[in-house]
Amino acid sequence: MASAGEAALQSPAETYRVHYLNAKYGIKSWLLTTDHKRIAWLYFFSTTFFFIVGGVAAAMMRLNLIEPQGFLVEPDTYNKLFTIHGTVMIFFFLAPAVPTVLGNFLIPMMIGARDVAFPKLNLLSWYIFMTAGTCFLYTIIAGGVNTGWTFYTPLSTSYVNTHVFSAAMAVFISGFSSILTGLNFIVTIHKMRAPGMTWSRLPLFIWALYATSFIFVLAMPVIAITMVLVMLERVFHVGIFDPALGGDPVLFQHLFWFFGHPEVYILILPSMGVMSELITAFSRRRIFGYGFVAASSFGIAIISFLVWGHHMFVSGESVYAGIFFSAMSMLVAIPSAIKVFNWTATLYKGSVSFEAPMLYAIGFIGLFTIGGLTGVFLATIGLDVFLHDTYFVVAHFHFIMVGGAIMGYMGGLHFWWPKMTGKMYPDYWARLAAFITFVGFNLTFGPQFILGFEGMPRRYAIYPARFQLLNIMSSAGASILAVGYLMPMIYLAWSIKYGPDAGPNPWKAKGLEWETESPPPVHNFESTPVVTEEAYAYGTEPARAVAVSS
Amino acid sequence: MSSEADATILKTSTASSKAHALTVPEQFDDATQQHAAASLGMWVFLATEVLFFGGLLASYTIYRYLYYSAFMIGSHHLDVVWGATNTAVLICSSLTMAMAVRAAQLDKQKHIVFFLVLTLIFGLIFLYIKFFEEWWGEYKEGLAPIHFTYAGLHAPHVELFMFFYYVLTGLHALHMIVGCGIMITLIIMTLRGKFKGGRFNPIENAGLYWHFVDIVWIFLFPLLYLIGGRY
Amino acid sequence: MAESIAIAHAEKKRIYVLVWVTLLCMTALTTGVAYIDLGPWNTVAALAIAIFKASLVVLFFMHARHSEHLVRIVIVCAIFWLLILIGVSMTDFSTRNRVSHPTWFRTNQPSVFHHLEGSPY
Ligand SMILES: [Cu+2]
Repeated sequence: MASAGEAALQSPAETYRVHYLNAKYGIKSWLLTTDHKRIAWLYFFSTTFFFIVGGVAAAMMRLNLIEPQGFLVEPDTYNKLFTIHGTVMIFFFLAPAVPTVLGNFLIPMMIGARDVAFPKLNLLSWYIFMTAGTCFLYTIIAGGVNTGWTFYTPLSTSYVNTHVFSAAMAVFISGFSSILTGLNFIVTIHKMRAPGMTWSRLPLFIWALYATSFIFVLAMPVIAITMVLVMLERVFHVGIFDPALGGDPVLFQHLFWFFGHPEVYILILPSMGVMSELITAFSRRRIFGYGFVAASSFGIAIISFLVWGHHMFVSGESVYAGIFFSAMSMLVAIPSAIKVFNWTATLYKGSVSFEAPMLYAIGFIGLFTIGGLTGVFLATIGLDVFLHDTYFVVAHFHFIMVGGAIMGYMGGLHFWWPKMTGKMYPDYWARLAAFITFVGFNLTFGPQFILGFEGMPRRYAIYPARFQLLNIMSSAGASILAVGYLMPMIYLAWSIKYGPDAGPNPWKAKGLEWETESPPPVHNFESTPVVTEEAYAYGTEPARAVAVSS
Repeated sequence: MSSEADATILKTSTASSKAHALTVPEQFDDATQQHAAASLGMWVFLATEVLFFGGLLASYTIYRYLYYSAFMIGSHHLDVVWGATNTAVLICSSLTMAMAVRAAQLDKQKHIVFFLVLTLIFGLIFLYIKFFEEWWGEYKEGLAPIHFTYAGLHAPHVELFMFFYYVLTGLHALHMIVGCGIMITLIIMTLRGKFKGGRFNPIENAGLYWHFVDIVWIFLFPLLYLIGGRY
Repeated sequence: MAESIAIAHAEKKRIYVLVWVTLLCMTALTTGVAYIDLGPWNTVAALAIAIFKASLVVLFFMHARHSEHLVRIVIVCAIFWLLILIGVSMTDFSTRNRVSHPTWFRTNQPSVFHHLEGSPY
């Protein structure tokens, strides 16, 4: 790859430079750091760990499903596996991944700040996150929990005898970590922008994370209090969710999905922000319709709070409420579609190049579109009655979460890796990994659409023999997908030691983060940058930031 | 109104070079930026608190709608006089808290301590009434959900009401206890001279928190004690 | 210098005391109104007084009167999302016992739907 080679040529001339990675050494300098860039690394390692935990659970499930009678585990263990998979992936990998790794690293750099507004709070968020994670790991080791990640009542409060309490406690604690992160980001974006960094010049990644933080702050407290109610009900059994004692289990579903649906957008919005950065950088064009893409992030964030009942069409919810939720769910497709249209329009007549991050981005567009459109199917009440709790739903949300959110995260990680480490990874292997991920993903979840449509329900350890072929295809795809995720772990780790120096801007991309060294100095910039151009000013050289005294 | 506020902000930014002499954390340019960030952060935190109580309030509203007569019976078992007294106590504590913030704004160190101590005392009076005059009394009457012996009309749904009563007031009392802890910390910090020279973000934010907890109670009082009237 | 850093300038003592007196009077009023039979308006009156009291605390004690627009947006958002949570979940519970058939259909076949009348579901 040309740019990496260039950087390698420059590197011998570079003298020893102090940056955030070598400014201090020792375990204490990491565990007590308040530097947003180092905290991003703390989150990177912890979320990657949880990704592996959730991935192992998924692998065991797919392995079990290659035979109709179950290949590996007892049905009850299977219930625990999908609960662990769901909870860990949602609360301990997907929700934190992009905001706390890429967001923590990039928000201050993109807006030209020295750090987030509250660095100590930022570190505290990580400790709270780790407390929650430890609590959930305890749950797994102590014997697991088998309610599904949704903790539906009265199953979770009255009927199961597994470790619901500690699992609910883990979710409760992790909520506070997210709240504090969201609070920190909102204040940072409002109050810490460099001179000249107006709202209309903000990178779209910042807009997306702003909308995400907005959801963090407004949705997470509701799941926290709901988990408190679940724990209280489990201990005292007063019947708040128990129909036998006058409670209403559907109330739990309302509270849960008031958080639960916006949570889906917590997962996808940050990756959408990454997409806007990738698409512009690799087609060397300004984003098509900046205002629309920025506003659609907010449109999604707001409407996402009005759609939650689409998870409850068959749970005894009022038909009239169902009509409202169905209409709102279709409405939320509009801002999502605006984004997809604008990314595609940005590609048009751009000088597109296909480095590894861009391959992930292209994959995102296709997979997210399929995931989004099948979401409109499921928002239709009549069709949802038929497809509810089948593999169609499983395939739909994995297209959003894996095909969308994780693709975006991987793309972003490959894009900013040279900035975070100062090293370049081998592009050939990265492109291959992106390709393998895409193929493996489609083979895993494509057949699940058909399985669901043919009537295979989700969350069962066994199934009728006629579904076996499609299940084997899905399991085979999962093993390919696993290779696609393992490869980056290897070559990214390799690049830290052996990779060529990346230089400040290996992609020739626009944005303040590319105008400082790689890895960045402790305070991000040698002096406070002044912004004079709008975002994505591709085709208008020279660089836009002029250093002035601070 | 807002132009007036703008004028003060302008005044502060001209003074910011002087304020820079006060050491601000390295991520901020000056004390004005720090103050704006701290204040916004606190308000956003209070917004999350609204939704935190919101989950309970939504459940309460729904069950009150479904089981109105049972909730009325439950409500009539609570003591309005103590509830109203506690409301008044909290309103007094809000006044003293506001005066403490004002003293901090005017850099009157002794007044800060005086009003913070008063706020703390009012807070403790509230908690005393809550714990010993109310919760304990209702527990002895057999109305607490862990020890529920009431067997009159709509008993299961009255128990639901009492559950909401204990959880809502319990969560509120928890916030009060945290608030009292904050007061003690602030009193010590003030005595050590931490808020001299106009650095009073912590006092101001503690004030916002304290008033928020007061507002929660302002709503809890009619919602819990006054269902269906007392006539 | 102290005043110059104070963005929310110190309020007059008189205003605080006035607000405090009003709040105490309102507490007495809301308790008193509970002893008068107003039917469903009892709840309305109690909530209206509570909203009025809360607004006084927010505007005067919390200085929302003088705070920047952003803070006001935060306040409005918090209230609005609370109303979404309560209001939209109530759309379910308040319409659940309505059967999704026209009235004439129900009145012509009372036996079919009789069990649904009057129950919360
Ligand atoms: Cu949803």
